[in-house]
Amino acid sequence: MKIFKKLIGSQIMLPLIALLVLVLFNLIWDPSFFAISLGANNAGDPILKGNLVTIFDYGSELAILAIGMTLVTAASGGQDISVGATIAIAGSVILRIIRGNEVNVDTMKAPLIVAFIAAVVATMLVGAFNGALVSFFKVPPMVATLIMFTAGRSIAGWINNYDNIYIGDPRFKIFGGVVPGFPVPTAIIIALVCMIVIALVLKFTTLGLYAQSVGINEKSAKLNGINPIFVKFLTFVLLGVCCAVCGLIQTSRLGTINYSNISLNIEMDAILAVALGGNALGGGKFNMASSVLGAYIIQFLTVTLYKLDVPSTAISAYKAVVVIILVVISSPVVTKKIKEMKSRRNAKEAARKAGVE
Amino acid sequence: MSKKSSESANAFQKIMKKITATNTSLLLTITIAIFLFMYLFAIIFVGGSFTKPQAFLDILNNNACLIILACGMSIVMITGGIDISVGGVVALVSMCCAVYLDKRGGSVLGAIVISLLIGLAFGAFQGFLVAYLDIQPFIVTLAGMFFARGMVTIVCEVPFNVEHAGFVALKDSRIEIPFLGSFNRLGQFIPGSSEVGVIVSLIVVVVLFVIMKWTRLGRAFYAVGGNAQSAMMLGINVRRTRFLSHLICGLMAGIGGFVYFMHVGSGSPAHATGYEMNAIAAAIIGGTMLSGGVGNIMGAFFGVLSLATIKNIVAAWGLQDAWWTGITIATMICLFLIIQSIVSAVRSNKKR
Repeated sequence: MKIFKKLIGSQIMLPLIALLVLVLFNLIWDPSFFAISLGANNAGDPILKGNLVTIFDYGSELAILAIGMTLVTAASGGQDISVGATIAIAGSVILRIIRGNEVNVDTMKAPLIVAFIAAVVATMLVGAFNGALVSFFKVPPMVATLIMFTAGRSIAGWINNYDNIYIGDPRFKIFGGVVPGFPVPTAIIIALVCMIVIALVLKFTTLGLYAQSVGINEKSAKLNGINPIFVKFLTFVLLGVCCAVCGLIQTSRLGTINYSNISLNIEMDAILAVALGGNALGGGKFNMASSVLGAYIIQFLTVTLYKLDVPSTAISAYKAVVVIILVVISSPVVTKKIKEMKSRRNAKEAARKAGVE
Repeated sequence: MSKKSSESANAFQKIMKKITATNTSLLLTITIAIFLFMYLFAIIFVGGSFTKPQAFLDILNNNACLIILACGMSIVMITGGIDISVGGVVALVSMCCAVYLDKRGGSVLGAIVISLLIGLAFGAFQGFLVAYLDIQPFIVTLAGMFFARGMVTIVCEVPFNVEHAGFVALKDSRIEIPFLGSFNRLGQFIPGSSEVGVIVSLIVVVVLFVIMKWTRLGRAFYAVGGNAQSAMMLGINVRRTRFLSHLICGLMAGIGGFVYFMHVGSGSPAHATGYEMNAIAAAIIGGTMLSGGVGNIMGAFFGVLSLATIKNIVAAWGLQDAWWTGITIATMICLFLIIQSIVSAVRSNKKR
């Protein structure tokens, strides 16, 4: 009971309620939504199939991004809107190294780990650029990342000369599909690893504490010996690393890249995930678990809408309605009103009790 | 002789003082100077169509909608908010007008009313959520953008051209400006021509400029954006001011949507993609600071012109690919941001 009471007041309540509503809705609409079966993919390897698996599989990029975005939001009080473009750069770098000098390749020309490390370096540079603008030049994060938002996809195309690349190597496709013989999609496992890593980092280092204190009050953080410039810079670089992981998964899913369409609008979904998690977009305190939960809820919502035969282009309108309802419920004014109502009722009850006695 | 030179030096100093008096006027001057420099550069080194006045009129023709959007965006940004739904609203307005004119047989006047109502509805709803429920403007208008973009495809999924007679007449009507004409290769004189939308956008710029400069409401926008707490102590209704800033921005998105519709004459879900970011970029180049309190409507106007000029220069150099435009615009935003940050850093040092 105590745990339950603690949960009600906490930040994770909002995403949990949203999740509950979605689950209940699907249970009533069509209970077979939750069925999971074992099928086989095109290559004949066993793979788990079902809506739940799809949610976790395709939600993994969003979850990974939400991790980085939460840190950036907490420390800098703003959001990075260039993550989609950064993912495009990461994907482009990976393909550029793997393909060697050909356009269509059946076997990788360079080891994947080299390509991935190169992508990580590239996205860290992008993150460093954004971070430098935000921390050294004191540019608001949304404006600073507007630069990469406009230029990123162009840079991604330039890296590969706008070639239509196709990588046919089955080893490359592992990250977007499954490891042969193991039916859980690899993306889920990658996301899980990322979550464990960030949980350990938050538990055993002061990164989370520093990010929050910088976000709450930069000046007092500085007076307490924290370097706010470095902390902000670091969060942007970490978000860059998250983007590299997403780029790997995204390119691996398709074996190709569409420079202007890869991860389009994912920055919006990532920011929504942070907001759905109940984190203040103005910086300060954050709850990593509820951010990640928020990411999966967005994917849950998307899959649910697909199931209801909503055309993919119209999904954004329904998403917007849900988001508006959620933010209105969690807005400070409404929560205050609810609290007032509760306290008034309590006072009334107390008065009645007093009268009885 | 020496007296004269000292007088002119005095005058120069006076002008300099006026320019550097506030962040707003300093940033505005930088913007205008860079725009003029860029346009001169284009005339001298790129030549071609840039030497003809029609090139300038074409920039206005193609960007009339963006000018209106950037003005509305500047007001929201000066008040300390942001509105990223404008691009979606423009697309929604043009699609609704197209469907209304062609499939419902409506009139042009009705279409104008529809576009204004859509804009006002978005502005009022978002403004209410931002001002009275204290929700971050970014997330509210993000949802607004999603909603508008989704609604476009719900209204009609396929792009189509409007063939309504009255509208086509309005769309093709040009205002001829004889003294801005030029001779073509055959030696015939062609007067400069501008679309109706340009007139609308110029009126909007002037009206908003006057509002921001000389009315109580306009100064309230600056006060709230500069410091909401002290604005409240001065007796300004902060919530109402924030609400009005979003309402005006929504109305501008509605007007801009109809101007855009007059320019393209079709409805499509792909219309006006990235316009919200272009409008924000133009406002930033025009010297509006996202932190609020600093900015100018004229700056937004010149910001759009600068953006368009640099796009045209890149195209004239034969770098047709879209990615060159992306990179040049990004570089330009970067440059202006650094100028802004240096300006404010120098100023805060001086104050100390």
